[in-house]
Amino acid sequence: MLKQYETVFILTPVLSDNQMKEAVAKYRDLILANEGQIVYEEDWGLKKLAYPIQKKSTGFYHLIGFTAAPEFIARLELQYRRDERIIRFLTFAMDKHAIAYAEKRNNPAKENLPAKETKPAPKVSKPDIDDDIEIDEED
Amino acid sequence: MANKEIRFLNPPTVEVKRKKYCRFQKAGIKYIDYKDPEFLKRFLNEQGKILPRRLTGTSLKYQRKVAQAVKRARHLALLPYVTDLLK
Repeated sequence: MLKQYETVFILTPVLSDNQMKEAVAKYRDLILANEGQIVYEEDWGLKKLAYPIQKKSTGFYHLIGFTAAPEFIARLELQYRRDERIIRFLTFAMDKHAIAYAEKRNNPAKENLPAKETKPAPKVSKPDIDDDIEIDEED
Repeated sequence: MANKEIRFLNPPTVEVKRKKYCRFQKAGIKYIDYKDPEFLKRFLNEQGKILPRRLTGTSLKYQRKVAQAVKRARHLALLPYVTDLLK
């Protein structure tokens, strides 16, 4: 049975543009070669890391959403671990809510309004949480 | 001699307690995205620690999801594990 996954990996910033594309293509091909299907892909580009990893403070983030058999994930992660270009990775099995969210995120044109409504709604209640933090300091 | 009335140096302030509520249930959010560190920061204190439910009012179901999302974001270096002055 196929499941939908999302995988994010961080490539070292020392790679050239071509090396980076080659690394991404390798994993794309790996998924396709194992009867997986790529649903969506996002390139976040060079981002600053919140803390240094392997003494590097930046990295290229790349996200692939795909469907594959669960047995494939272990093989994918093994490839990640063996690859020196990858400094961090995360594979995430999506549930139905995550899939709905990802669809909304990728096709904002289709459901523009609901997608926007879900996000700013908690932002309105932000002052509440600021109050809460003050309580925290009193403790 | 002793004043029979109890007198306060500062007038006692009676706090009006606002009812806490789960913002996820109220807004109908079903999935908390680990890829959005700016959103997750609202559930962290200045040191990057996850705020307890007793302060944020989040229901247990969504507190678990917030915690899971924050931990995923930390793993991907989108959020720091330890810091000062996050906000």
